[in-house]
Parts: sequence; structure tokens; C-alpha cells
Amino acid sequence: MSAFEPGGDQASIASVTDRVRPVAIGAPVTSVHFLGERAAFVGAEENVFLASSEGEILPVAVHSGGILCTVSDRARLVMGGDDGKLVALDTNGEVTLLATDPKRRWIDNVALHSDGAVAWSAGKTAFIRSGKGEEKSFDVPSTVGGLAFAPKGLRLAIAHYNGVTLWFPNMAANPEFLEWAGSHLAVTFSPDNKFLVTAMHEPALHGWRLADQRHMRMTGYPGRVRSMSWSAGGKALATSGAEAVIMWPFASKDGPMGKEPAMLAPLQARVAAVACHPKQDVLAAGYSDGTILMVRLTDGAEILVRRNGTAPVSGLAWNAKGTVLAFALEDGEAGLLDL
Amino acid sequence: MPDLTSQKIPVTVLTGYLGAGKTTLLNRILSENHGKKYAVIVNEFGEIGIDNDLIIGADEEVFEMNNGCVCCTVRGDLVRILDGLMKRKGKFDAIIVETTGLADPAPVAQTFFVDEDVQKNARLDAVVTVADAKWLSDRLKDAPEAKNQIAFADVIVLNKTDLVSKAELAEVEARIRGINPYAKLHRTERCKVALSDVLERGAFDLDRILEIEPEFLEAGDDHDHHDHDHHRGHDGHDHAHSHGGLKHYHDEEMQSLSLRSDKPLDATKFMPWLQDLVASEGQKILRSKGILSFSDDDDRYVFQGVHMMLEGDHQRKWKDGEPRESRLVFIGRELPEQIIRDGFERCITT
Repeated sequence: MSAFEPGGDQASIASVTDRVRPVAIGAPVTSVHFLGERAAFVGAEENVFLASSEGEILPVAVHSGGILCTVSDRARLVMGGDDGKLVALDTNGEVTLLATDPKRRWIDNVALHSDGAVAWSAGKTAFIRSGKGEEKSFDVPSTVGGLAFAPKGLRLAIAHYNGVTLWFPNMAANPEFLEWAGSHLAVTFSPDNKFLVTAMHEPALHGWRLADQRHMRMTGYPGRVRSMSWSAGGKALATSGAEAVIMWPFASKDGPMGKEPAMLAPLQARVAAVACHPKQDVLAAGYSDGTILMVRLTDGAEILVRRNGTAPVSGLAWNAKGTVLAFALEDGEAGLLDL
Repeated sequence: MPDLTSQKIPVTVLTGYLGAGKTTLLNRILSENHGKKYAVIVNEFGEIGIDNDLIIGADEEVFEMNNGCVCCTVRGDLVRILDGLMKRKGKFDAIIVETTGLADPAPVAQTFFVDEDVQKNARLDAVVTVADAKWLSDRLKDAPEAKNQIAFADVIVLNKTDLVSKAELAEVEARIRGINPYAKLHRTERCKVALSDVLERGAFDLDRILEIEPEFLEAGDDHDHHDHDHHRGHDGHDHAHSHGGLKHYHDEEMQSLSLRSDKPLDATKFMPWLQDLVASEGQKILRSKGILSFSDDDDRYVFQGVHMMLEGDHQRKWKDGEPRESRLVFIGRELPEQIIRDGFERCITT
């Protein structure tokens, strides 16, 4: 396919491609976030590019090498690099060095808590620094694949080989271990704190209902799941990895157990990135061929944001109000869409 | 179709038993004036004498894929590191992975077969094994890891040849050839070997599986082909005999098996047979390679495998006058030779 051609109802698809404002980054971009009202395009190495709503680009040097992991709560963007540094960037564009690994190991994962705590990992060790600056660490049996804070309390999920360790840094209690064979990478709690889901090295998700540790196997993907996003209110988890957005239902007490996922916006390209709208039942999906669609969750209606025929989409982000969508491609092409 | 292989970053796997000289070779590669930049994945920091900001420490973390196949193991740390390194594409030309002395090279190689993201960005170039001329013969007896590393190798750097006599050298070479007659063998002192002999080999490139003839002991400048007087050290596990002056060992445990046919193979029989063979005997088969001629097919078909993993493709048209011959090679542990030979025979069209 050389151009976007949704089968059948081609004429009926709405397009907002002419409303996209291109942003010139000029370097490969690996993820996109918002810092306040500015979009932050994270380069593959060294720099973050802050784009004002007027489209001015401000490069900010954050690392002296590759930027390996990022997380943002829209007030700050925290990054780990292959220079062994953990760095935060705030809405004013100020860079703060949060930690340096003494052995200059790669900082592979980061997570942010709503109370200001930050967690990161290097090798098999997960570190946490509370909002008050108190630091603790915890070693898991194998390299940390992903980190996530629970939405309530101070509890950190540490994904690794053969399961996830739930660590309570402020309690004497032993960490809980959720076991499942295989390599667990990205990890996320459902916003209602009832479920934990990991993206595995193999093309599958694995989930646990935290109340009784019941397993949820979510398989059938042709490729590894690299992007996950909870819909507004946490009713569903949108995922990349297939040639459609796979949406797992989490509204009921059983989560997706025994249910089929919804498959939205199928294309002849693989979904590379997903970002649910912060307030409405809408998501943005970016594909391996550069296509970007906005999709209504209730009926699957699609709006074309960007045509195909380029590098894969590497990042998508909404501002807090859900009025601006920022996107980037692996090769550094980027844009902003005002709604 | 653009040639995607050429854009993928080549990865050389450097193995060798403890003390054989892996770090010496690595330092040599890094310090030579070649104008290239290497990202190096090592297990122990501090031994590298060269300043390089792309030296990455790794823990050899092997895990089983969740596909019910026990030997389908991959290096999880390598997946992660290669993924991270790809963010610095353009900062280096090639990657070298140094394993620990006790490592099995299979999980490293298998990582390149099973991981989609790794496959997209990088390609396995060759497994280079550094062997200690003085001690390898002993290690082959008492260290299964050393034997694995020799069996798996595409290139063997037989190091410390200055520490052994001609007779000892012939002995250790014969033992290597008894296990792996296909690897390129270079005799070195202090790992002094031309970089082109260990890097950019394309050993896993299907297009370059052209020669799978055994590399019999080539004549080195100082190597005497008519030295008949060095037969010794017969022990219960080996039998040595002589071919035109060269000693030949047969290793009881690890060996290679080659098959050939000048009659075409029936693809509808061969493919299921090969799949079944690696599924049932894959734990024993370390490496496999083949160039195949199928009936009613004008293309050469090539395949290669590591344990249970196979990849294969039509390579090119058979040339006019080129003998349409099928050749297969297996290197493995206690290979069920007769079963393999019989199975192969049944795939030959009559």
C-alpha cells in the first residue's frame, strides 16, 4: 500500500491531517510526553526537545549518551540513561540530576509516584527515593524488566524473570512475589488498584488479580507489546503489538478473564504506540508505517491524523486537558494536533 | 528489495574457556588502527585496557522461552542491551559480545533467531572461539563447556601456539577437527590474528553458506605435513588414525555428520523430516547447515539452524553446469547417525 486505504468505507473516514502542525526535531525520537503545556520529544540520545504551543523548539541536554527510559506525570519528566544518570526535567525546562549509578551502570527503568517518589533500576537492583529524599534499594533475583507504582500506598511492582515482586519500601513485611514463567518487561497497575499487568518478552501480556493472585493470560499477539495505555477511568487497557489496537476489558471484577478483547482500527501495519485520551473514550494509535488514527472506543469510529508511508510511530501523548495530541516517528518527524 | 542485511549491525560472539585469551583478542581488536568503532558487551569490567565509552557490562541471564521447548533459551540481558544500544545507532559499526569462559554459546545465537527486535536491527556474524593450545586437549576431556565452544565455533583462534611443540600442536588441532571440521582455524601467539579473519565473517548469512566443505588441516608455514612420529596419548575415549600423515581423532561425544546426495530431494518429504529431526533431536544438534537441491525447483535452497531453531530460504538459481548436489552438515553431541542417514535417504527422490 502506498497510501492510506481503509477497506470499504474509504470515503467516510474523516481526516484532520491538514490540521497537524509539523514540528522539526531533526533527531530520532523514542518517546513523547507533555510537561505542562509543552510537548517534550525525547531523543534517542542526549536531548529532549521542548515544543511550545507556538511550535518553537528548545533542545535541552539531559544525558551524555542514550536515553533508555522515560516517565512523566506532566509536572516532570524523569529519564534514565546509558551514562548511569537519573535526570529530571521540569516544566520550566530545568534539568536536575537525581542520581548517578556509582558503577555507571545503565539506568533501565523509571517510575513516578503521585506523592513525588521516584523509582529506578540498574541491573537487578530497584531503587526508590521518597518525596522527602529518603533512598532505599531492593535486589530481585534477575535484571529488572519494568517498574510501576501502585496507585494507592507506597508499593512498587518490580518485573523480572519469572514474575513480579511487589515491594513495600516503608513496611517491614516481606515483598510479595507473583510468579509466572518467562521474562516480564513493562508493568502497570490498573487505575483501580485491582489488577497488575505485565508485557512479556514473548508476544503476550500476563495479568494478576491482586486480591487472589488469579492469573490472566492475554495472548495472541503477533509481536511484542511495547505500548500500553489505560483508557479514561481505567475501564480498558489499550495495547500495541498487533495489526489492530487490542483493548482488554477491565471494568468488571474479573477483568479480562474469560473475555475476548476488542480489536479497533485494524490496518495492514502493526500498532506501534497507543495513548488513551485523558478524559474521553478516545485513543490515538500510531502504526509501524507511520499512520496515526484517533479512534472512538464506543463504536470504533476512526479519524485519520497522519497518513502512512514513513518510519514507525515512536511516541504519542495528550496534554492534560486532552486538547492537544503530540506525536513523533522514529526518524524524528513530529507534529502537534490541536483539537 | 533493498538489501536489509547490510544495514543490520554485525554481532561477533567471542567465546573461549577460562584463560584462553579472549580478553587479549578483544584488546587487540579494540586497539588496532582500523578506523571502526565497536560496542563491546563484556561480563567483567576492568579487564579491557582500552578507553571506550561503549563497553557495557552484562550478566549472562539465560531464560527459557515460554514455548515448551527446553533448549529454546535466550540471553535476556542481550535483548535488553541491544535494544538500548540501538538508541546510539551510528555511534558504532559493530558489536562484540564476550561470553564468560563457562558459557554455552547457544543462547546467544538463539537470541538472534527468536527475538524480533534483535533480528530487525542486528545480525549474528560469527561465533569466534579462542582456544588455548596448551590446555585445550585437557579441557576437552574434563570441561563440557570447552567442547561446546569448539563445536559451536565458526572461527577458532588457537592461541599460545608458542607454548607447545609441533607435536602437541598437531595433537590439539586433530582433537579440534574431530569435533568441528568446518570452522576456520587460525594458529596464533598472543591472539595475533588479522581482524578480517575474525570479524565480518558472515557465518550466519544464508547467502554465504556456500562452502560447507570441511576445513582440513591446512599447511601453515611451520607445519610439517609429513610428521608421522607424533602418535601418542591414545586414551580409552579416542581413537586416532592417520590420513596422509595427518592424525585424525574421533570424539566419542561430540561429532559432526555430513550428508550428501547428487539426486534431488523431495521437498515435501525433506522439510517435515528436518523439522521433526530438530524437534526431537534438537538438544543434541548444536549447529546445522545445508545447501539443498529439490526436485522441480531451479533454486538452490539454503538453511541453517541452532538446536531446534531453523531458518532457510531459496538462495538463487542453480547455475548452468553447476552440479545440483545437496549437502548437509550437523555438529552435535551423540548424534544418532544412522537414524539421520536413514531419514535423509528417504527424502531423496528415486
